[in-house]
Amino acid sequence: MKNNKIEKSGTNRRNFLRLGFISTITVATGASLFSNLIIEEEPDSSGEKMRLLTPEGKIVEVDATYINKYPEAHITPAESRKGIPDRKFVMVIDLAKCKNARNCVETCQKEHQLDYNEEFLKIQLMQDNKEADPYWFPKPCYHCDSPPCVTVCPTGATFKREDNIVLVDAERCIGCKFCVTSCPYSARIFNWGHKEKFDNKDIPYSPETGIPATEGTIMKCDFCPDMLRQGKLPHCAQSCPMGVIYFGDKNEDIVTNGEETVRFSKLIKERSGYRHLEHLGTKPNVYYLPAVNRQFPLERGFNVDEDIIERYKNVEYVKDLKKQGKI
Amino acid sequence: MDIIKRKKELVKEFSPMLEKTSLISKLWIVVLIAIISVGIYAFYLQFINGHKITGMRDNVVWGIYIINFIFFVGISYSGAFITGVLHFFKGSWKYSIARIIKIITVLSLIVGPIFILLCIGRLDRLHYLFIYPRIQSPITWDIIAIMTDLIGCFIYLYLTFIPDFAILRDTADLKVPRWQKNVYKVLAIGYQDTASQRERLHKITEIMSVMIIAMAIVAYTVLAWIFSLTLQPGWNSTIFAPYFIIAGLYSGVGVIIISMYLIRKIYKLEKYIRKIHFIGAGIVLLIISLLFGYFTFSEYFAKWFSHKTNDEELLNTLFSRYFWEFILANYIGVLVPIVILFFKKLRTIKSITFAAVIAVLGLWLNRYLIVIPTLETPYIPIQDTRPEFIFYTATWIEYALSFAGIAAFILMFKLIMKFVPIIPMSGIIDQERCEENKTNNTTNQVQ
Repeated sequence: MKNNKIEKSGTNRRNFLRLGFISTITVATGASLFSNLIIEEEPDSSGEKMRLLTPEGKIVEVDATYINKYPEAHITPAESRKGIPDRKFVMVIDLAKCKNARNCVETCQKEHQLDYNEEFLKIQLMQDNKEADPYWFPKPCYHCDSPPCVTVCPTGATFKREDNIVLVDAERCIGCKFCVTSCPYSARIFNWGHKEKFDNKDIPYSPETGIPATEGTIMKCDFCPDMLRQGKLPHCAQSCPMGVIYFGDKNEDIVTNGEETVRFSKLIKERSGYRHLEHLGTKPNVYYLPAVNRQFPLERGFNVDEDIIERYKNVEYVKDLKKQGKI
Repeated sequence: MDIIKRKKELVKEFSPMLEKTSLISKLWIVVLIAIISVGIYAFYLQFINGHKITGMRDNVVWGIYIINFIFFVGISYSGAFITGVLHFFKGSWKYSIARIIKIITVLSLIVGPIFILLCIGRLDRLHYLFIYPRIQSPITWDIIAIMTDLIGCFIYLYLTFIPDFAILRDTADLKVPRWQKNVYKVLAIGYQDTASQRERLHKITEIMSVMIIAMAIVAYTVLAWIFSLTLQPGWNSTIFAPYFIIAGLYSGVGVIIISMYLIRKIYKLEKYIRKIHFIGAGIVLLIISLLFGYFTFSEYFAKWFSHKTNDEELLNTLFSRYFWEFILANYIGVLVPIVILFFKKLRTIKSITFAAVIAVLGLWLNRYLIVIPTLETPYIPIQDTRPEFIFYTATWIEYALSFAGIAAFILMFKLIMKFVPIIPMSGIIDQERCEENKTNNTTNQVQ
């Protein structure tokens, strides 16, 4: 893993050099910043070694800082930058099954202590072209492999982990909102003001839970790493009554929606899985299965509160339905 | 020519500006301070309550603060560019306006970055930019570029002030407070106007004038990249950097003309700031307005002609919700100055100033249309969002702070003019000395 890390940071640095910004700035400032960057990427080694038994029956000696004391332990902001070892998390959303039941949204809001109007996961009403039928389209953060938000962050408050997750450290965030404007998927939300719940310091803050949130900083869908550490599914995947959301590990090539467990590669191959706005080159880790052989009529999705229907009032299809008096 | 006598004459001519403050200008200062105080109160409210009291929301996360930021930095950039270029022109005319432009350059570069700070949610964590710097981020490039630019412009401004400080220091009968005289003495750093000092100063100024042209272009290019390096449909454009450079010049020349007009009127400097300056600046504005119109047209024309879905949505928004703003910014704001400045008969001081006012206002609106509608039409259509989070309208807090920024700019301008004559005395003397040398040389040759 350590080798892996060094290799990765090596390519990062090469890429970064290739881009050639360095030539445009003063060498002295550049050099000092650059050395800072390198230091930041290497975790401090404590010098303390621990002996562990691997699943293959070998005894290995590793540095104590690499040991994760989960699930019970609190994950500090520094630890949360490393990610869960040997995992590459991936999500698959089966659009054929979604009927805008909104259990995913509500559970996510409850578990992340969000307000009624704050959503990490939005449900879009998409229509690919005028002839095609519209469909419900859950949109979490895509945890991209080339995340524009991470590139533009001036303080490293948002970062890409080894396990594919893109997290936000609210204690590091200065609230410049550049990440919001650079995300083409509008996945990020901002804490515009102070709320009472932010003062609750019973549980220490961890970027893995995002609780308590902080005024003037960014929040977004985090793939629930606290649940993943306990071997559980993210809240959205767990709560979906239709089993729309599959979640799993690309390394193991397995995804599950809690009911059925399938091979990730096979699922994507056989059902023509795709990534939204692939052409932008962000390399998302959320895949969609096309909305073919729909299990529910679209109208079922309008079986929600009046003010939620109001949020779709600018969609052409909804305008038509309203004209016809169907909703 | 008796240089000492000439210096005294000039000091006598300009000293009323430094010695006396008229009742009207006192009133003005009170008004400006009042506007700034309202702005400070608005800032206090924003700091205490958070950004929820602004109009910015999850989709439009940057509002008129960032527009003011681009606007002011643009003025500064163009000021730096023009002073840098002016340095290489010969002739006495340039001295009348050179200092005005330099002061505009420095002041707008002080006011501009304040607006970007207002966009930041956690001002108390600003030092994180230096504790945890990430060189990959265009914001870091911007900070480096703007800080370098500010320091460069400040040094340049100061260099051109030194000979005047020395003249003021040597004028014993100047009726200004004692502390002010002491400041002149310190700031003149022992400049005695000897030939070798003069030559050294000239050399440094020449190097700096080349450097600030480069620094200004880099700073403004990086600023344009803040937008064009993102994937957003309205921003991700390869022409953004040159487009911003031209737009910056457009507003910059406009502000210069307006300041020239006001200073000429208020301080009765008709002898120095003459019609020829307005005509010259007007022709520069004409060329830039043509260029600006050209860039604006190609930017929107390419979007309209190739009609990618997202570009089309953006244009639909521009031509429905922002119809009048679009007309004012990109038609009136470009065509009216072109018409006024194109015809020789229409080129009077007043009409040129009017064209400049239209250009400046139109350009501010043009920046508004670049920032806000783009954020309102992202790749994934805004749905499942509370209605009040979709569109942006600035609140009084944002307007109060914007006006406070303009007021601070004018106030600082006034204070600097109270401190140093707006027409560089040393420049006039240098010019006269130069001309005298020339005549001497010719007479020598004839003999």
